[in-house]
Amino acid sequence: MPVFEAFRLALQTIRAQKLKSGFSLLGVFIGVASLIAAWSIVNGVNRYMTEKFAQTLYGVNTFQLRRRPMFAANVPDSVWRAWRRRPRIKFSDAEAVTAALTMPVVTAWQSDDNGSVFYGGKEARDIQLVAASERYFEIKNLRIAIGRPFTAQENRSGVPVAVLGDAVAKRLFVDRTPLERSVRIGGIGYRVIGVVEKQGSVLGFPLDRFVVVPAFAPAQSLVNPPGVVDALLVKARSEVEMREAMEVAEGVMRSRRHLRPNQDNNFVLDTSEGVQRFWAGISQILVVVLPGVVIVSLVIGGIVIMNIMLMSVAERTREIGLRKSLGARRRDVLRQFLAESAAIATVGATFGIVAGIGLTLLINAVSPLPASVSPMSVALGVIMGAGVGVIAGVYPASRAARLDPIAALRQE
Amino acid sequence: MTATPLQAFRTGDTPLPDIVILTHKLTREYDMGGEVVRALQGVSLQIRKNEYVAVMGPSGSGKSTLMNLIGCLDTPTTGEYWLNAQKVSDLDDDALARIRNKEIGFVFQTFNLLPRATALHNVELPLIYAGLGARERRAQAVHALERVGLADRMTHRPNELSGGQRQRVAIARALVNEPSILLADEPTGNLDSTTSAEIMNVFADLHRQGQTIVMVTHEHDIAAHAARVVTLRDGVIATDQRQAA
Repeated sequence: MPVFEAFRLALQTIRAQKLKSGFSLLGVFIGVASLIAAWSIVNGVNRYMTEKFAQTLYGVNTFQLRRRPMFAANVPDSVWRAWRRRPRIKFSDAEAVTAALTMPVVTAWQSDDNGSVFYGGKEARDIQLVAASERYFEIKNLRIAIGRPFTAQENRSGVPVAVLGDAVAKRLFVDRTPLERSVRIGGIGYRVIGVVEKQGSVLGFPLDRFVVVPAFAPAQSLVNPPGVVDALLVKARSEVEMREAMEVAEGVMRSRRHLRPNQDNNFVLDTSEGVQRFWAGISQILVVVLPGVVIVSLVIGGIVIMNIMLMSVAERTREIGLRKSLGARRRDVLRQFLAESAAIATVGATFGIVAGIGLTLLINAVSPLPASVSPMSVALGVIMGAGVGVIAGVYPASRAARLDPIAALRQE
Repeated sequence: MTATPLQAFRTGDTPLPDIVILTHKLTREYDMGGEVVRALQGVSLQIRKNEYVAVMGPSGSGKSTLMNLIGCLDTPTTGEYWLNAQKVSDLDDDALARIRNKEIGFVFQTFNLLPRATALHNVELPLIYAGLGARERRAQAVHALERVGLADRMTHRPNELSGGQRQRVAIARALVNEPSILLADEPTGNLDSTTSAEIMNVFADLHRQGQTIVMVTHEHDIAAHAARVVTLRDGVIATDQRQAA
């Protein structure tokens, strides 16, 4: 019997036994759907991370001089302890590095911690308090919606003014204008001079829960010890210039810290690559866990199909006997049942693909995860689905093929 | 009267060309849980082209075993079986499947139609295993159904057909490959007497058209339709008689 006939027959059988076939393809369906959905999430987040997230957090062609990386995954305790022992970045470090950079760059200081902002009887809790210099807005690409950013003079002299994130403004002032009102941070009043445009969220983390005050404002003492800054942000015009600037910064810092050539840096020059490495670490975990989930459901799917096929062989013993008496060889019967289980699995996989893509679109629409369908996962889904079907079909099909036609025909 | 053998056959001989079925000292033993059952104990039978033979015998006489051997569903323990000048008693499984497909048309007591398939598709089945293309299959199946008078029932499923019609579909299926022998196992066992007569008429027509027919039955009035009646008892041929049609 030609392969084509075998598949036609298989599809006929599946159509005739909708309910049973429906159950038997459930396992493969779930397996393939979860494969595609999960893969799409990883894929989407991956792209988001490389294209958007890193840029949002770091900005284009921007690096940060820090005591330790902002994001790190799978860091051993010993490394953490070493990082914590590192000297902090001082105002003087930041000034020296900035002075040494001869290429046209934009720099800003940044220190931050979490805290509360008050206005009247209202409190905005768990807010990122940022003490930064005036070019911070430019580097972070934070556009001012109303009001203005603070100036270099205001920064230098530590005038207590504040620029609010959109969420903070909404929380404290609802519909009224926050401009020229006084919010309290650490018991000191700050005059609101601007509100930043709504930034939205990244992976469900809100980006609008912050307040920026001048680096020399009294709030500096809330976020860092005196004379210490968390990061020096440097934005270059191009990637090449950024690399040059990083080399200069490294040289300055190493000489200021008196590091010998064989000693490692006790600071980091963090770029968006760092975030991407951090994400790569996380997605590696997913890459290990995800196949596990998929394999488990495909194995279950395979066992279900095998069971159903064994049932089907038992139920159709007479039919098999008849087919053999009419001239079906072992390989014809084998092929018929293999085609049937492969067809069941492929149909399951097809539904799984549709559901997986649907799920992906749904996740994309209702959750912050930027899922996007990976064509590879679709191809793999089809191959794995059909493969499971064939493998699960081998044993039942070979049992059918070995049936003795006389005994099979006699069976009721 | 007992029919004389057509050929004095000895091991090593080949059958005469017009002998379709030749069995020589055929035995078949089963191992039933350590106990050997001798279902056939040396059956030598010769059937010529266009004969119409009924095989009779009480249950346990070995007639089913003989049918299975003649139908190439089983192989003998010892002895030879020649079908259409080909020694089939020592062929392997797949070769036997080819023989069944090309040379033998089965008609069963319980019809054995595929319940979800149309009459036409049921009749096409042997042609699928013969490897014929769809168009050719259809043409031959239609022709076979016409031969049994079911041209107007081709798209019906078995449950939409009467018992007699079902058996006629089964006969069409048996004929579609133009087999050397039509092998019927109690073909009227599930039919009432009117329908049985109808089926016997179909058989008579086919016989007239040149078809060789071997039919197992335990009903004497059905056996009476055949031109020759072979009776088995205890695994051997007890009588072998020709009778006037």
